[in-house]
Amino acid sequence: MVRTLSFQQAINEALGQEMARDDSVIVIGEDVVGGHGADGEMDAWGGVMGVTKGLYAKYPGRVMDTPISESAFIGAAIGAAASGIRPVVELMFNDFLGVCFDQIFNQAAKFRYMFGGKAETPVVIRTMIGAGFRAAAQHSQSLYSIFTHIPGLKCVVPSTPYDAKGLLIESIRDNDPVIFFEHKKMYQMEGEVPEESYTIPFGEAEIVREGDDVTIITLAQMVHESIKAAEQLAEEGLQCEVIDLRTTSPLDEETLLESVEASGRVVVVDEANPRCSMATDISALIADKAFSSLKAPIRMVTAPHTPVPFSDTLEDLYKPDAENIAAAVRQVSEYQTWVATASES
Amino acid sequence: MGRDRIRKLTMPKWGFSMTQGRVVEWLVAEQSEISRGDEVLEIETEKSIGVVESPESGTLRRQVAQAGQEIPVGGLLAVVADADVSDEEIDRFVENYVSEESGDETDAYEAAPEFVDVGGRKLRYLKQGQGDPPAVLLHGFTGNLNNWLFNHAALANERAVYAPDLPGHGQSSKDVGDGSIETIARVLSEWLDAVGLSRVHLVGHSLGGGIALETALQYPNRVLSCTLIASTGLGPEIDADYVDQVVRADRRKELRTQLQKLFADPGQVTRQLVDDVLKFKRVDGVREALSRIAGSLIDDGRQTIVFRDRLETIQAPMLVLWGEKDRVLPLSHAQSLPARCTVEVLGDCGHMVPMEASGDVNRMIARFLQDCDQTVPE
Repeated sequence: MVRTLSFQQAINEALGQEMARDDSVIVIGEDVVGGHGADGEMDAWGGVMGVTKGLYAKYPGRVMDTPISESAFIGAAIGAAASGIRPVVELMFNDFLGVCFDQIFNQAAKFRYMFGGKAETPVVIRTMIGAGFRAAAQHSQSLYSIFTHIPGLKCVVPSTPYDAKGLLIESIRDNDPVIFFEHKKMYQMEGEVPEESYTIPFGEAEIVREGDDVTIITLAQMVHESIKAAEQLAEEGLQCEVIDLRTTSPLDEETLLESVEASGRVVVVDEANPRCSMATDISALIADKAFSSLKAPIRMVTAPHTPVPFSDTLEDLYKPDAENIAAAVRQVSEYQTWVATASES
Repeated sequence: MGRDRIRKLTMPKWGFSMTQGRVVEWLVAEQSEISRGDEVLEIETEKSIGVVESPESGTLRRQVAQAGQEIPVGGLLAVVADADVSDEEIDRFVENYVSEESGDETDAYEAAPEFVDVGGRKLRYLKQGQGDPPAVLLHGFTGNLNNWLFNHAALANERAVYAPDLPGHGQSSKDVGDGSIETIARVLSEWLDAVGLSRVHLVGHSLGGGIALETALQYPNRVLSCTLIASTGLGPEIDADYVDQVVRADRRKELRTQLQKLFADPGQVTRQLVDDVLKFKRVDGVREALSRIAGSLIDDGRQTIVFRDRLETIQAPMLVLWGEKDRVLPLSHAQSLPARCTVEVLGDCGHMVPMEASGDVNRMIARFLQDCDQTVPE
């Protein structure tokens, strides 16, 4: 009934609709312009994955190509935002955000706080995350936890075309710096997306599947692996609740804790490296605030603490999948605490 | 009228996106006598749980689908036949059924919503069935055409039945002008022109009922009858707090609490139902549209437009249906109405009568419309 779009088209539509609605919205980045609005193949670019394709033709002068100098154009976007423009700046791979940490951590994230609330920085930094693209160690990381660590930044990690559009529109209209993480393996994924503009508020996790045996907390592409695992486990008689964080900052603690209080068993799934990650952060939150509800230790399913391998075989092993998730769920569901066992005997 | 010795009960199609349903439980045992309209089994879809009614009378000879089983739309659920039909014949019918029906089921269910431009507003509507005079279903505040999921197809057995998304609602334009009932009734009449309907039966639920009444007053020649289900405009009382909160709620939990006020059994408010309303409310322009309509409808906690003293001037016959446990609009609004209004009170129902008692509602409306058709002077 509702029209379907790919994840990539949903992002493109959100950008186009916000540019139409608000003249102060501009798009900046490497190769985002494409073929200058020419017909056919000439217009094929529009970002390395073609996400901004066609926008220049509609809004000439508001879509700007930049040199390959991330620190310069991210800094320029942040400065433009501080002066009242709403830039959506694309930094191809989140792996390269490292060269503009100062602009993001010390400038964008601090302006509102250090100027006593008198400065706003309505910038959106769109960037790609994710392994599985055979793009090797410098183009495959998922670094959202680093940005989640910094107060003053908002971090969005959508997992469906519907969420991508609604959350990007919300990001553009938000007056704070937002880092918008797009999993490169999901760009072609299709889903129902309304034609009209709509928003999804930050800090609202989505329960994508209901169940009361085990809670699976996850984000980005791992949402889909988790659903696959949950469907498989349902056939074995285990009902999993799958929660998609959607935004890591702000974090919807309430939805997570309520689910854990009901199920008492948790698996946290994150394709990023395990140390100081969303997986550890959420595990700590649950241990801190819902310890008495737990019937089993919290299990984390993550990548290993290594760079993303370039070898196909190793990369496939590196990324968590439905099998790993299902195995972890079975473990926590079978776990009996020593106290419970003792009191039964 | 000759009828088949062996009759089938198949998986209904409740809404465009439904492709299959799961049998929750059988409400009638095998070998029981059933009549047309009896509730036979419960079906769960992705969106809701509903009851399938028998389109046939006879003995329920075979429950083909078992509880828990997923059956595609059009798939065989049960076989109804008289006692003189042998078990072997029924076996054969069940066996052959699959081969007969598989493959061609999609064509029969092609009804999809359409859009039409009405004075610069894009309005969405769904048409089902054929035949005059047509009926138009008008949903309530924050609703859309899918609210008639359990009624639309049943009513369309005998006539063309149209269900629009009202301005500000569903996938229709979010431009509601001043949000007044007069404006919405005017847009509705323009929409009737646009889809080529001159005279119609109006069936309105809640806000839709108020719009039906306004239309009957403004355009008396176009309205053959009014069915008013838990309708606005029949008294000043309203749970204004519900309306206010449902406009404001932006989080699932707040919204669920409000939506639960609509049903006698709050358990009917599924996660999907809350999500659908929430997604709708997050579309640009919706909150403004709803605020305008609510602002025009309610002042100081009371309904501003009450048609009660003007009902005598409406020539069209009226059927008034109300849920006994309605918490949004009180049952008293269905009482002390002019004698020309046929009033039916549905027990154990809240405000969402068309969903909560779809079988009874469908039968009452179908009978009322038939009666009206027979007495219409040309």
